[in-house]
Amino acid sequence: MARYGMVIDTRKCVGCTDCVVACKTENQVPEGLNRDWIADDLTGSFPTVHLEIRTERCNHCDNPPCVACCPTGASHVDPFGAIVLVTPEMCIGCKACLASCPYDARFVHPDGYADKCTFCIHRVKDGLDPACVSVCPTHCMTFGDLDDPNSEVNRQLASRPPHALMPAAGTEPRIFYLT
Amino acid sequence: MRELVLTRHNELIDPLVRVWGWEIPVYLFLGGWVAGMMILVGYFLLRGRNREDTCVCSVLPGTSVVLLSLGMGALFLDLEHKLYVWRLYTTFEVTSPMSWGAWILLLVYPALAAAFALRPPGILRDLFPAVDRLSRRLDTPVGVRGIAAANLVLGISLGIYTGILLSALGARPFWNSAILGPLFLVSGLSSAAAFGHMVARHHEERELLARSDNVFLAIELFVVALFLVGLLSSSQAHVAAARLVLGGPFTASFWVLVVGAGIVIPLMIQLLAVTHRIAHTRVGPLLVMAGGLALRFVIVAVGQVSHWAKV
Repeated sequence: MARYGMVIDTRKCVGCTDCVVACKTENQVPEGLNRDWIADDLTGSFPTVHLEIRTERCNHCDNPPCVACCPTGASHVDPFGAIVLVTPEMCIGCKACLASCPYDARFVHPDGYADKCTFCIHRVKDGLDPACVSVCPTHCMTFGDLDDPNSEVNRQLASRPPHALMPAAGTEPRIFYLT
Repeated sequence: MRELVLTRHNELIDPLVRVWGWEIPVYLFLGGWVAGMMILVGYFLLRGRNREDTCVCSVLPGTSVVLLSLGMGALFLDLEHKLYVWRLYTTFEVTSPMSWGAWILLLVYPALAAAFALRPPGILRDLFPAVDRLSRRLDTPVGVRGIAAANLVLGISLGIYTGILLSALGARPFWNSAILGPLFLVSGLSSAAAFGHMVARHHEERELLARSDNVFLAIELFVVALFLVGLLSSSQAHVAAARLVLGGPFTASFWVLVVGAGIVIPLMIQLLAVTHRIAHTRVGPLLVMAGGLALRFVIVAVGQVSHWAKV
């Protein structure tokens, strides 16, 4: 069974927000809320400064705290690609998953349930890339099976040193950034 | 220097997490208070005090049912998908403290009802003969011991659960301490003893509850110190979280409301009362209970602000 993940080349990402617009359109994300977003991360002091522009979303962690804390099983790891999902009809809206996510990737949908990135599982099942990946004009995002040694994501990971977000939180995220 | 700018501005999440408002601290406080009262009821029943008309243990179970229902009402108000609340009881999620809590609460009610039924008010006995029959059936040495044990075990479970609910959320370093369980348990015991102190009619019982409250407050002070030492000796994120109450924006509310007005001052007042230098008053117990509520408000607020470094 596949274990889907994503590799994002931060040298290619220009922060155009096409991925954000594509996600909102594809998934009908309500106004004022976002399943993915852009982070401009500036470090250092002039003249030694470094700017990393990243597109961020749920990290579909291998050790997802949102799934562990869910009292109803609404948050779960789907057998298809080990994608972390929420079943709206099982969610009571207790917000424990929002508090448990170190990436603050979840929000409350206006209908009352916890919502977040699904890796566009409906598209992936049809053999397509997630909407954000498919529209990226710089092709900075690569989506694929991390367990397949010949997959494009693994070729990308071998090309340059990757980093994940907040490794100290211990969630084992499956989105990697090439710096 | 580091500057992180996000295009995201999700409600309840940005710029700072505030997913839980007043409802959860109120629920945690009432839950902890009820847990403490269940433990006191268990103790008094094991000591055979239920035979005395004036025993505070005849007041605590009924009060607990009302307070716990109010707490669960607050919890219900906090839910965003209220019509689906029944989903809690269609599964048991072993890794979820909230799931454990839901099932513990389901067991707490019968245990409290049984303790209440041991000494129901006379008017209930008169109006409903079945209550009188139930009371006589339960009021046997084995029955009383069973009810005492159930209240003790479930009281401890409920008290610890209110702390574990937060400490299991590792994304918030301020909450991520196993000490929160014992802290909320001893705080609940202290609130329960303070309430018992206020409503006790028997002088000896009032003295006992005031003395035990002083012990609970002293332990609470020690546990608060352990909690902070634990955070300060952990990772950088935990140290940063501790600093939110050690010079950070929550310093005044934590030290003045929780530690000062909620623990130290009532401890001093009650020490003077039990050594007969001043009369027993309601000031100390009321401060203890207000401090217990403030503790939950401050811990819930600080925890939501604390976070791991973004990279």
